[in-house]
Amino acid sequence: MTATDLLRPLLVVAVFAVVPWLGVSNATLNFLVYMLIVALAAQGWNILGGFGGQYSFGHAAFFGTGAYATAILQVQLGVNAWVGLVCGVAAGVAVGLFVGFLSFRSGLRGSYFALVTLAFAEVFRVVANAAGFTGGAAGLLIRLEPGVATLQFADRRITCMLVLGFVGLGLVISTWLTRSRFGAHLIAVRENEQAAEALGVDPMRVKLGAIALSAALTALAGCLYAQYFLFIDATIAYGPWISVEALLAPLVGGAGTVFGPLIGALALHGLGEATKGIAGSVPGIDLVVFGVVLILVIAFLPGGLMGGLARLAGRLRTIARGRRPAVEA
Amino acid sequence: MYSTEIVLEAVLNGLLTGGVYALVALGLTLVYGVLHIINFAHGALLTCAMFMVWAAWAWLGIDPYAAVLVVGPLMFGLGYGMQRLVIGPASRHDDGNILLVTLGLAIVLENALLAGFKSDTRTVATDYALEVVSIGPLLLSQPRLVGFAVTIVMTALLWLVLNRTDIGKAIRAVAREKTGARLVGIDVDHVYAVTFGIGCVCLAVAASLLMPTFYVNPRIGGAFVLVAFTIVVLGGMGSVVGALLGGLLIGAVESLSSLYLGDSLGQLGIFLIFIVVLLVRPTGLFGARV
Amino acid sequence: MLVAEGLTKKFSGLVAVDEVSLAVAEGSLTGLIGPNGAGKTTVFAMLAGFLHPTGGRVLLDGADLTDEPPYRRARRGIARTFQITQPFAGLSVHENIAVGAYLRHARRADAMDRAAAVAERVGLSHELDKPAAALTVAGRKRLEVARALATEPRLLLLDEVLAGLNPSEVRDMIPVLRAIRDDGVTIFMIEHIMQAVMNLCETVYVIAQGRLVAAGTPQHVCAEPQVIEAYLGHGAAARIAAGGVHARG
Ligand SMILES: Nc1ncnc2c1ncn2[C@@H]1O[C@H](COP(=O)(O)OP(=O)(O)OP(=O)(O)O)[C@@H](O)[C@H]1O
Ligand SMILES: [Mg+2]
Repeated sequence: MTATDLLRPLLVVAVFAVVPWLGVSNATLNFLVYMLIVALAAQGWNILGGFGGQYSFGHAAFFGTGAYATAILQVQLGVNAWVGLVCGVAAGVAVGLFVGFLSFRSGLRGSYFALVTLAFAEVFRVVANAAGFTGGAAGLLIRLEPGVATLQFADRRITCMLVLGFVGLGLVISTWLTRSRFGAHLIAVRENEQAAEALGVDPMRVKLGAIALSAALTALAGCLYAQYFLFIDATIAYGPWISVEALLAPLVGGAGTVFGPLIGALALHGLGEATKGIAGSVPGIDLVVFGVVLILVIAFLPGGLMGGLARLAGRLRTIARGRRPAVEA
Repeated sequence: MYSTEIVLEAVLNGLLTGGVYALVALGLTLVYGVLHIINFAHGALLTCAMFMVWAAWAWLGIDPYAAVLVVGPLMFGLGYGMQRLVIGPASRHDDGNILLVTLGLAIVLENALLAGFKSDTRTVATDYALEVVSIGPLLLSQPRLVGFAVTIVMTALLWLVLNRTDIGKAIRAVAREKTGARLVGIDVDHVYAVTFGIGCVCLAVAASLLMPTFYVNPRIGGAFVLVAFTIVVLGGMGSVVGALLGGLLIGAVESLSSLYLGDSLGQLGIFLIFIVVLLVRPTGLFGARV
Repeated sequence: MLVAEGLTKKFSGLVAVDEVSLAVAEGSLTGLIGPNGAGKTTVFAMLAGFLHPTGGRVLLDGADLTDEPPYRRARRGIARTFQITQPFAGLSVHENIAVGAYLRHARRADAMDRAAAVAERVGLSHELDKPAAALTVAGRKRLEVARALATEPRLLLLDEVLAGLNPSEVRDMIPVLRAIRDDGVTIFMIEHIMQAVMNLCETVYVIAQGRLVAAGTPQHVCAEPQVIEAYLGHGAAARIAAGGVHARG
């Protein structure tokens, strides 16, 4: 990876970084933070699902583990929020490796992998809902205590910058995947596992690496969620909603692309807000739109928004190239 | 720690519930066996059917059992249309796409119901909901007994349809060899859609059996869908008899684990079975196909 | 360098490969021929680690590889191609070859350069930016060779890389293979096109119905009546003896 490879991610982060300081409303800031947290979870999904081709329907397992680990460490053990964040990510990675090891060793892929990840997430949800140290069904409330040490900021613009920083990290990691040996191996395993193995790629190691990285980013999103909203329960942390959000954004934006998850999250949640604006805040109406968009993208826009853009750019280039001889003739 | 009678009663009641689970799983396994797709919208479709039964009762005063005569055809139409107009064209027969399109449909259906009916829980009041039948010292719920009997009848009917009718033969031909079936002049897209429709009819029947004793809200399908997947995986993807046996087994396991672990952890047993079966023996315990 | 001892593979009753022993000398160009379904691809799959033999051993320079997974063998320098080509369909030709090159080059720039150089050797340099899925049959076969070659192997296992090519494409490919061997890469190849085998190989093993039926120089092997019978069917030996018939496979 070279400095020029990082230019585009930095540019995108810079654009997002300007918005909060343009005097936007609190509601817009709230939207931005939430959208960026979803985008971060989605970037995690994208590493395993997009680059690695292993569609998980249970990324809530990682998100929730991140959220609960941070919250429990702070609430029950009085640990510093930053330490909580690091531990949350580590716990997410551990869960990722555990789920990954079991499923990949059994050779699960496609629908079966989707099902097993979904089931793992549900197990976590049921346990978190019943156990004592998770606060059970009542959930966990993190004390409001703004400060750098607690990772809570009275000024939402700061929170926005913090989350954006991590999204930027996600972009850098994704870019690295497109420019590195590990990334090439991961994509090769997605495209044809047997052929990759013939070329010296250890598929198990590559997939485990991918799920660890993937779980890390999604768990990080969970930690940030807990720290921003200051409340979690089993349905929020381990519920199917986040598994769905984490996969919708990359699929709509362009799975296996660097910017797909971010673009997808922005497009979906922008659309969601617009729908709410038109239809009033009817519960579920935004998700109806998300579902329709997903089906439309699969039917008419293979490769998602990024794929569409790439094709459009390609077509424009051909037209531009094709026109010159036509003018001469 | 519990008397034999209580345990026995739990097992029997579990088996009876398992009958309805089997019915839900039957639809899923049929669709899998023929179309070779995992239909993630199955749970949401069950919710739809349950709302239809509820609406028939609440708005038109139709008894939940009788409602199947209305809801059955409606669900068939819904399933047929969904496969023919949405899943087939949108997924272009790519497995990954099918998975995602059915997931998209699940999201749309579930949240459309949420938008329409809010998250309130609704029930149907009948005078037979709490009737019990006593067999010796054991008390069994009458509606569940009915449900169980109907499940057996439905399984037999499905078997007859598959083995004794022209459309059944076409379905089996398509399940075995899609290309070959197309070559001998079978309209594969039609057969796919009919199969999907039949799967949805199973849900309509299950819904009308469930509503007298159960409740419905827009998220209820989620509770059933993993159970149904567990049954299908346990019974062997695509196996009708496997779905029946798997359903009974899961019903009993669920009933016993909520007896011993309490309701909230009761589901855990099912999920763990599901995971273990997937990891160890994804071809299922009972093997055979449609 | 490569030795197979008593390799056997059974598929639920069917004995696909039966006690096959062979040796491939360092720096040689060795052939493996036999009629359809003889078990050639199965032998290669066992040599490269994709199938675990029911019996027998695989040795490379004396080290027993029988229990090693394919990727380990690739790292030791064994590269194979697939008879049914297995491109990374969503990637460009250049990226396909680079996956192979990454085995010995960790940096992307090096791997991509190496991949371009390999593409040049096998005649794919004009198609580098094409998606692999868009290649012709000949192009796909070249891509198989290129990817394997990019791993900088010591031993190259080629499974019918000439099949499906037209005569002029075969003529183009033969010098490429010879040049690879001349660079010090040992080649063991399955081939149906006899003309190519006669032309290229110093030693040829013949298997039929899973059994080794002959071994030796191409001329020697082709003269053996049981080879001709096995390979071309009953009565072929007599026809060839009568003169004029070229063995074609
Ligand atoms: N995975 C498998 N399972 C069962 N039988 C197999 C399998 N692979 C190969 N066979 C059988 O083993 C025998 C040898 O097959 P193999 O592909 O090795 O032959 P081959 O010599 O490469 O033939 P060809 O010239 O057609 O490529 C055949 O009868 C084939 O049907
Ligand atoms: Mg072969």
